[in-house]
Amino acid sequence: MIAAKGLARPRSTDVARLLIPIGVLVVMAVSMAVLQPRVTSYIGMQLVLSFALPLMFASLAQLSVIAASDIDFGIGPFIGFVNCLTAAFMVTEPLFCCACLVGCALAYAGLGAFIQLRRLPSIVVTLGASFIWLGLALIVMPTPGGTAPEWLSKLVRLRPPFIPLPIVAAIVVAAFGHWLFKRSSYSVVLRGVGSAAASVQAAGWSLVVARSALYGLAGIFGIISGLLLTGLINSGDANVGTAYTLLSVSAVIVGGAEFAGGIVSPIGAIIGVFVMLLAGTLLSFMNVPSDWQLSVQGALLILVLGARLILRRRT
Amino acid sequence: MTPGLALRSLRGQRWIWSFIGAAALWVAIAVSAEGYGAGATLSVAFGFATFYVIVGIGEMLVISTGSGNIDLSIPSVMTLAGYLSMGVTQAQDERLALGVLTALGVGAGAGIVNIVLIRGARIPPMIATLAAGFIMQSMSIAYSKGSTAKPAPLLVEFSSARLFGLPLLAVAFIVVALLVSLILARTVFGRSVLAIGQSERAAYLAGISVPKTTATVYLISSMLAGLAGLLLASYSGGASLDMSADFLLMALAVVVLGGTSIAGGRASVAGIWGAALFLYLTVAMLNVFGVSIGVRYVITGLIIIAVLALSESTEAA
Repeated sequence: MIAAKGLARPRSTDVARLLIPIGVLVVMAVSMAVLQPRVTSYIGMQLVLSFALPLMFASLAQLSVIAASDIDFGIGPFIGFVNCLTAAFMVTEPLFCCACLVGCALAYAGLGAFIQLRRLPSIVVTLGASFIWLGLALIVMPTPGGTAPEWLSKLVRLRPPFIPLPIVAAIVVAAFGHWLFKRSSYSVVLRGVGSAAASVQAAGWSLVVARSALYGLAGIFGIISGLLLTGLINSGDANVGTAYTLLSVSAVIVGGAEFAGGIVSPIGAIIGVFVMLLAGTLLSFMNVPSDWQLSVQGALLILVLGARLILRRRT
Repeated sequence: MTPGLALRSLRGQRWIWSFIGAAALWVAIAVSAEGYGAGATLSVAFGFATFYVIVGIGEMLVISTGSGNIDLSIPSVMTLAGYLSMGVTQAQDERLALGVLTALGVGAGAGIVNIVLIRGARIPPMIATLAAGFIMQSMSIAYSKGSTAKPAPLLVEFSSARLFGLPLLAVAFIVVALLVSLILARTVFGRSVLAIGQSERAAYLAGISVPKTTATVYLISSMLAGLAGLLLASYSGGASLDMSADFLLMALAVVVLGGTSIAGGRASVAGIWGAALFLYLTVAMLNVFGVSIGVRYVITGLIIIAVLALSESTEAA
């Protein structure tokens, strides 16, 4: 009985963790539908939610790093770099471009190993790396330009029957993320990096490998995000990714992650992405100047974390 | 003293390395320009480094209290303080005092918000200060539309005044840095900051008021950021939305490269000056070589990561 109870408990906190972002999302979606009924149509949803595709993967990248109790302040510029690489070379020299992208993922994994081996603060290392990514993007593409390969533009504009692409993608990505971080056999080790590093090591797993794996995953998700973004905007721009750093942190935290201790929720993060995305659209429906977008992002973070505190005190 | 021993004692004083690095860069620049303008380079370096030092001192105090304490709202406080103080001053010398008060007031307000979020709402410092920063940044964006952002002439003069060939501001903040070192080493407040950083529980059991000390360092950090915003806006001829863009990284970099432990409990004020000069001279040297802005970013990032790796490894040794 005790064992069963012990097993059941993490599940129920997991659900409680998701309740707040789901609640916020429902309130937002309903108010949007009331203010502007046309968004509930297939085309409306496709338009409003199209930028959920790159943000979902940016947030999974951030989640991989937060799972290690680290933070990645370089993911935005990294996505910008991938965007520039893709727009500059994918059409003319696809092989070279793919090799560069593989190199990018390896560099990210290397960053994780480096942080683990030298026991460095991730915040300073990733901020330093953000300068490197931005610099590389500017070297590849000093001024915005280039073009997306046709297959990418087609991919992001797919029209599956009945349900718009961003929602289909969200369900698939959330399920995959949940499997990867909660169900796969290696996931215990991955989450252990952030929550119980000493135990992971004592059990014979290499922390260097595990942290590299998490950062490598972040790199891969970052690359997917950059590719999708390129398909959507059809060009390359070194500064296009900047906003994704903080948006991804917000989405992951709003989605139920604890900042310390490597507690993450991939499903929550995907819900967080839609909360962040809809907040901006909702604001414009309410005729609030877009200047206040960042304020809403900050206020949402505070509200959600405050609500979580109240909920936790009750239980 | 054998050379080995001398080297080991040098390693203990990690802040010295940042000055050695800065001096080496300065010599390199002077040599590559064949000695021409070496003095001017140093003077300009001190001028720019001052702004990194002002915010660095605040960030150092916050980080020194450990337990994940960090202030990421610094750049937003700077921009908002820059805009509001310029707006209040209306480029008139008579209204200057009002402008200074506004800048400090913005800082104090931001500090209080940070404290309430961290201690009251129990939000992790990184997220709390980030969220507060979002809100202030968007206030700056909203305020920047149709407002004057020009500094008062008197303040422009003050922020670029010189004393013995060095910028007056730099001299002032060398004195401030010395005072802060003294405060950290000799006062109850200073010892409390470091004690909390070493072990919050032990500090609490020793009778130190942890909430009060933590609140004070956040307040100091935000108010210094407000002051830095006012001075930077005056120095660069007005407030702009991206005036503090580099300061998120720089405020952290000068603190960590200067030898302050990111885990808290060990601070180095002198190191902030060394690291600030080093980072500015790095950029200056790349400019001398005429590299593109992209290459400059890449090298700056690489140097920060490399120096960090080297200095942290000497700590472990």
